Amino acid sequence: MKILVCISKTPDTTSKISFKENNTKFEESGVQWIINPYDEWYALVRAIELKEKDASIQLHLISVGGADYDPVIRKALALGGDEAIRINATNNDSYFIAVQIAEVAKQGGYDLILTGKETIDYNSSSVGGMLAELLDVPYISLATKVEVNNSAATVNREIEGGEETDEVSLPVVISCQKGVAEQRIPNMRGIMAARTKPLKVIEPAAVEALTNVVSYELPAPKAGVKLVAADNVQELVRLLHEEAKVI
Amino acid sequence: MVLIFVDHSDSEIKKSSYEVLSYGAALAEKLGTSAEALLLGAVKDDLATLGNYGVSKVHQVSNDALNNLDAQVYARAVADAVTSLNADVIVFSHNQTGKAVAPRVAARLKAGLVAGAVALPDTSNGFVVKKNVFSGKAFANVNITSAIKIISLNPNSFQVKQTGGTASVEQLNITVSEPKVKVTSVNKVKGEVPLTEAEIVVSGGRGLKGPENWKMVEDLAHELHAATACSRPVADAGWRPHHEHVGQTGIQIAPNLYIAIGISGAIQHLAGVNRSKTIVVINKDPEAPFFKAADYGIVGDAFEVVPKLTDEIKKLKG
Ligand SMILES: Cc1cc2nc3c(=O)[nH]c(=O)nc-3n(C[C@H](O)[C@H](O)[C@H](O)COP(=O)(O)OP(=O)(O)OC[C@H]3O[C@@H](n4cnc5c(N)ncnc54)[C@H](O)[C@@H]3O)c2cc1C
Repeated sequence: MKILVCISKTPDTTSKISFKENNTKFEESGVQWIINPYDEWYALVRAIELKEKDASIQLHLISVGGADYDPVIRKALALGGDEAIRINATNNDSYFIAVQIAEVAKQGGYDLILTGKETIDYNSSSVGGMLAELLDVPYISLATKVEVNNSAATVNREIEGGEETDEVSLPVVISCQKGVAEQRIPNMRGIMAARTKPLKVIEPAAVEALTNVVSYELPAPKAGVKLVAADNVQELVRLLHEEAKVI
Repeated sequence: MVLIFVDHSDSEIKKSSYEVLSYGAALAEKLGTSAEALLLGAVKDDLATLGNYGVSKVHQVSNDALNNLDAQVYARAVADAVTSLNADVIVFSHNQTGKAVAPRVAARLKAGLVAGAVALPDTSNGFVVKKNVFSGKAFANVNITSAIKIISLNPNSFQVKQTGGTASVEQLNITVSEPKVKVTSVNKVKGEVPLTEAEIVVSGGRGLKGPENWKMVEDLAHELHAATACSRPVADAGWRPHHEHVGQTGIQIAPNLYIAIGISGAIQHLAGVNRSKTIVVINKDPEAPFFKAADYGIVGDAFEVVPKLTDEIKKLKG
């Protein structure tokens, strides 16, 4: 079996978000980069767990990004995986990214493709679904549990107000979230091994992006908190009812 | 034409669908075109009443294969409907269904998608849609350059507007493919308000000390018809189910009212809730960072304040 895990690079969750060049670009200075938590904690760790149970599984990682992605890809390889592929292009358009990954996936003959449920920077939750469509295979989104046996997968996925269990034959694309696996810390052996694992860099396919970011903005700051004394809860209820009009 | 995807579950139209209908109708008006709805499968509701949210027509595709969501089957049906009806803009909710279907439709039609929109597009120079980015810490204005455009609207981002109209209902005849995903069981928490749809959310953090103390949170939520949520360490410790975890690595919500009890207000937590219209913080530490992001606050012991709050709300409602 062959598994492909999509890896994206995102700012650390503690990053202060700011913009430059007239709010058209993300201010990267001082930002720490991490593997997108959903890709790392759930998609990648689950793929590693499957490989630990069946050593014949080939596990490949894939990213679309410039050379600045390499440290993050090495970090992912330190957790596990046989090799990584980086498609050398920078673009935020989900369709552009999905087409690049689809080109590689078509050649690779993967049985299972895992992504995180979204990236914590663009929050679009789109690449997995687009990729599945381009490959013409089923897509199970927002998975909370992924079991694979031979040629089929059993997947729990989030639905409104609960979960459902789906059965699907491979190949399939699955987007992963909490529940699928538990975060792991890479060990020294993994970090050493990652240095010599293959990281193939390939050039992107020619494709036009369908969207582009024109500008960014920050939310308007709050006016400031109105404090109510702990023995005057009645006043809070009055404010919520009469002033904020939310109850 | 603006085509609005109407989502439903358990034979009922979802609340988020009324938001996207109102959004799509407002968009159509802005573009000087018509707004029409698309419904896959069957519901109990009388579809003509969707006219009350601004659409002139409802196109229904009735087919048993659409009873469960298989994103592949749904996406084909939506794409075929778009082509046969000549729609220019498609609107989804950025909910579980929208996240599964909209990207597939986008790739199938080579249509640019803005996922997680929070406002109507600015059409003065292109087709620029404001969306949530950096998990609630910022917004991006994204231009869609393709001929067909797709928007998925964040839940609770657009005011529902009733127009008093009625719609004509038409059966749309398109071929529906055989689902490849088999749903073997469905497990819904009955009677609970789904977190992403809730107008009021009551949330608890590590300050509540243990799962046994959630009764007062649930009582307050019950009085307010609110959903319950929690901070990440609370879900990690197993005090509350994972689907209640809000924040940068949990669910991002934007209710009208968010009440945070015993939550410090770490940056990752705030990212998931700071689009809430009104935030109330109850925390015994006056230095808790959450107060900086709050509209109203009480510095005090949750174990004393919360039961009083529940009583006062009872009085107000009673
Ligand atoms: C990569 C990463 C991702 C993360 N993602 C998220 C996320 O998505 N969501 C999230 O919530 N967190 C997330 N976190 C964790 C976050 O950094 C905080 O650790 C967490 O939010 C703290 O939870 P808390 O406020 O419940 O607990 P604490 O920080 O321990 O705060 C408890 C609060 O309760 C108050 N308190 C105590 N007793 C009482 C009382 N009797 N009455 C009233 N108040 C009382 C205290 O004053 C304190 O402010 C993430 C962290 C990392 C590193």
